[in-house]
Amino acid sequence: MPAMAGKTLYDKIWDAHVVAHADGDEEVFYIDLHLIHEVTTPQAFAGLRAANRPVRRPDRTLAVADHNIPTEGQDLGVDGVADAEARLQLQTLGRNVEEFGIEFFPMGDIRNGIVHVVGPEQGRTQPGMTIVCGDSHTSTHGAFGALAQGIGTSEVEHVLATQTLRQKKSKNFRVNIEGTPAPGVGAKDFALAVISTIGTAGGTGFVIEYAGEAVRALSMEGRMTLCNLTIEAGARAGLVAADQTTFDYLMGRPAAPKGGAWEMALSYWKTFRSDDDAVFDREITIDAAQIAPLVTWGTSPEDVVPVTGNVPDPASYPHADKRASAARSLEYMGLVAGQPISEAKIDRVFIGSCTNSRIEDLRAAAVVVQKALDRGLRVADHVNAMVVPGSGLVKAQAEDEGLDEVFIAAGFDWREPGCSMCLGMNPDQLEPGERCASTSNRNFEGRQGRGGRTHLMSPPMAAAAAIAGHIADVRDFL
Amino acid sequence: MEAFNHLDGRMAPLPMANIDTDQIIPKQFLKTVDRVGLGAGLFYDLRFTPEGRERPDFILNRPEYKGASVLVAGDNFGCGSSREHAPWALMDFGVRCVISTSFADIFYNNCFQNGLLPVVLKPEEVQALMDEAQGGNHLVTVDLAEQTVVSPTGLRFHFDIDPARKHKMQNGLDAIGETLQAAKDIDVYEMRQAISQPWLERA
Repeated sequence: MPAMAGKTLYDKIWDAHVVAHADGDEEVFYIDLHLIHEVTTPQAFAGLRAANRPVRRPDRTLAVADHNIPTEGQDLGVDGVADAEARLQLQTLGRNVEEFGIEFFPMGDIRNGIVHVVGPEQGRTQPGMTIVCGDSHTSTHGAFGALAQGIGTSEVEHVLATQTLRQKKSKNFRVNIEGTPAPGVGAKDFALAVISTIGTAGGTGFVIEYAGEAVRALSMEGRMTLCNLTIEAGARAGLVAADQTTFDYLMGRPAAPKGGAWEMALSYWKTFRSDDDAVFDREITIDAAQIAPLVTWGTSPEDVVPVTGNVPDPASYPHADKRASAARSLEYMGLVAGQPISEAKIDRVFIGSCTNSRIEDLRAAAVVVQKALDRGLRVADHVNAMVVPGSGLVKAQAEDEGLDEVFIAAGFDWREPGCSMCLGMNPDQLEPGERCASTSNRNFEGRQGRGGRTHLMSPPMAAAAAIAGHIADVRDFL
Repeated sequence: MEAFNHLDGRMAPLPMANIDTDQIIPKQFLKTVDRVGLGAGLFYDLRFTPEGRERPDFILNRPEYKGASVLVAGDNFGCGSSREHAPWALMDFGVRCVISTSFADIFYNNCFQNGLLPVVLKPEEVQALMDEAQGGNHLVTVDLAEQTVVSPTGLRFHFDIDPARKHKMQNGLDAIGETLQAAKDIDVYEMRQAISQPWLERA
């Protein structure tokens, strides 16, 4: 690498946040925003209390309740949560934020919702920032050109106590997505295409910057979907450089700078982009025009096929390990090598999660549902379909636009916000053997419920599956 | 944090790639507000039938692997969710070291917060250990000072580890205490930021 090579976006954010050298390869670097939730924090607060340490910057910390909350009856409050363990965890969060003076949107507050929906929606997520949360999908916030990563609970405690993290710098990886996608193809398909191209460990040790005209053309919500799934390719963080789309999204949000501060912030934010001569350790280019609507067939997010394709034959993989895991996946998923993926009959549909529960996701699904209604169709009789908005504000906006009525008219269940069936910590779970068309992020064994079978896809694809009763090509519904 | 220096223990093979943290510790065990007791949920769906009976064929249920303190696993161990409950569950179950060709970043990092040693070896070395672990002798030695793994038949493999992480692991050091020694640097950083990015300061 030439001595004077330009810097990447990641290099610039990193350099702007180094506080001190830690030791070895590690630096102490500053965290601008710390998002917390009920599941990965109780042990961290207990640690602070045991060591008699305060929270250094409660003003840089925001709490929500999302992972284990029920998606109905939220107006009953925490005392109304039926699951005693979940209730205790929610009560513990409530006590902790009160004791340490942290802003909290509790369950039932219209501002509450999935942590990675709430941060951007409130304008707390801003370009050039460093953001952490005890949740791997924190990569979502990279859509704003912020370095955002998931951490474990010990590191949550470390950030609460010091507002810093000790970390070794990652390598730079650029993924260019060029060209124009076909109708019915969007950010979710881009992300699945990236994961299937580089594999679930392809991004390990890297921060991925997404670039190219197809990325520039994405809305902020599309960029969030793309960055959200970066962790499924093994990279802790994904980034999209901030541009006019970003600034337009941020302007006027509750925590966005106002007046003169807005102008000042804008000129600061605009410095966060990769230099033309920046050097990346790895770079790939994907042609958006070649991407079909994608679905997963197996139990790893890299197990991807076009909706028009067939379930692969495990024997077709060159490595013994992959042959064995593919065979195991097919058995778990109840699929046969070579069968068209569109023949997979589904039992459940889940539209939601930090990947795909924002207003544009709901609109895109509702378009498909409305067209089906216009043709006299509704959710297939044998399918149980649910829509879980990402936050109270998303839910309210969808209701203002009448999207809830479209979904309900077609036979969908319209729920209250939360992580819900993406990870099934609340009562929303698959039964053993049930097959689900899901807009979430992980198709791991048992992820959505023990024995449950998850097929990842975009919101319009999930809506099409709900109507058809099997995995279906959204292009036939547009 | 528990220190790690030297371990003589039994090794159990998990010849699967992409063992994710949902498999290591399923969701229903994440509702705890404690760090202890999670061993009961380790690999729950692999160890137990839906009715809650032990699966006799699962490796950690077989008598010759009971009490295993070293796991040898396929590529990309610990991928998925950031849940630190995964290393907590492994530790609570008695596992002190996991050997693989690669680890997911967040899991790898979480291990070092808890005294669980993740060892990266070359694919052929992991395969050799995997083969031996499936044989009759499962005793393996892991030495952090020497950075070596010695297989049951005496094969000796060297592994790399960041020196700072090694030091902390050997001494069981608390990272927060260390970072707070740089409190003055953090103060200075915050003062500079308050001037250069005043919009981040909330009333």
